Amino acid sequence: MKSCLVVDDSKVIRRVARRILEELDFSIEEAVDGKDALGACERMSPDVVLLDWNMPVMDGLEFLKQIRGRSDLRQPVIVFCTTENDMNHIRLAMEAGADEYIMKPFDREIIEAKFAQVGLM
Amino acid sequence: MKPQDFDFLSSLLRRRSGLTLNPDKVYLLESRLTPLARRSGMESLDGLIAELRKSASEQLMRDVTEAMTTNESFFFRDRTPFDLFRDQVLPMLRQRRAATKKVRIWCAACSTGQEPYSLAFVLKQQEAQWRDWKFEIIGTDIARPVLQKAKEGIYSQFEVQRGLPIQLLMKHFKQEGDVWRLSEDIRKMVTFREFNLLDNFAALGKFDVIYCRNVLIYFDQSTKSNVLERMRKILPDDGALFLGAAETVLGITDKFRPVRGQRGMYLPSDADQNLMAPAS
Repeated sequence: MKSCLVVDDSKVIRRVARRILEELDFSIEEAVDGKDALGACERMSPDVVLLDWNMPVMDGLEFLKQIRGRSDLRQPVIVFCTTENDMNHIRLAMEAGADEYIMKPFDREIIEAKFAQVGLM
Repeated sequence: MKPQDFDFLSSLLRRRSGLTLNPDKVYLLESRLTPLARRSGMESLDGLIAELRKSASEQLMRDVTEAMTTNESFFFRDRTPFDLFRDQVLPMLRQRRAATKKVRIWCAACSTGQEPYSLAFVLKQQEAQWRDWKFEIIGTDIARPVLQKAKEGIYSQFEVQRGLPIQLLMKHFKQEGDVWRLSEDIRKMVTFREFNLLDNFAALGKFDVIYCRNVLIYFDQSTKSNVLERMRKILPDDGALFLGAAETVLGITDKFRPVRGQRGMYLPSDADQNLMAPAS
């Protein structure tokens, strides 16, 4: 079973993502911001991180830059999942090392398609 | 819905598009045709049926057919047929069409165009290798509104996220407000035509590869068999056919055979030399 860290400051989004991903046979951990997510990555080394952009304390892009700079950690697949739906944000994320990008709102089909795209399904 | 009205509509649809509806699909007729009845200025589906019986209006019959066709589609649907195109079909075509350097591909029932455009993306990625070749990708569908959308190449945020890798979105689409427009250089790789699979294929010419995915499931056995047998006639011996993941030729026609280990891919069963064999 693959593990997914769902990072979002919205409890509702975390719950929806958890339900979909559990149906897709992932084990789920949750984090509420980028800093919390870095700690979780150190603890559990997830296969994939589903990552929101706008969060308090540390946003998704900063988390992405930090984790990509950590050679001591196993690098997870990172899939952004955000309301930022313009090309500038997409480019910024991909240049910083994201593997895929989901524009909210999302549903099971989109998550499944995007995860398949990066070899997780 | 009265049984005689169901019979009238299902017979009309079968005659015009091959679509086979069982009585358990009454809800589908009601849910898709009631909005059409209202758009056409009638109060209810009964009014639409009465008008169809009375006037036999070509336009109205066409609208009913279009409303009942299923147009769900997404980019790189099921992935395997596109991986096989890239990894198996194209290398063999390079050998087998080396003399003419011409390849024709038909996406039958292409709906809003994601399937032919997915093939165009594959070819675009290999552009340098095919510089002096001519690829023709033809997308056909019975429903004009979906063809219009396909030609325009405009997709919603939801549609561009179903199967399309983000790199292809970045490379080939431009954001226009809430929608995404496919670039001209990909759009011009595909030609779209209105076409009914019950009609004679001769007008389309011959093809090297046919994608006919997720449409035969709506036809009855004899229509499936008829369509596949006519497709065999416009494929050369070394051509290839792709069907949907839930479709098969087994028990329907002996003109094609599945390729072991290559899900969804079928080759003419009566050919001495097929696409998967090396050119002699």
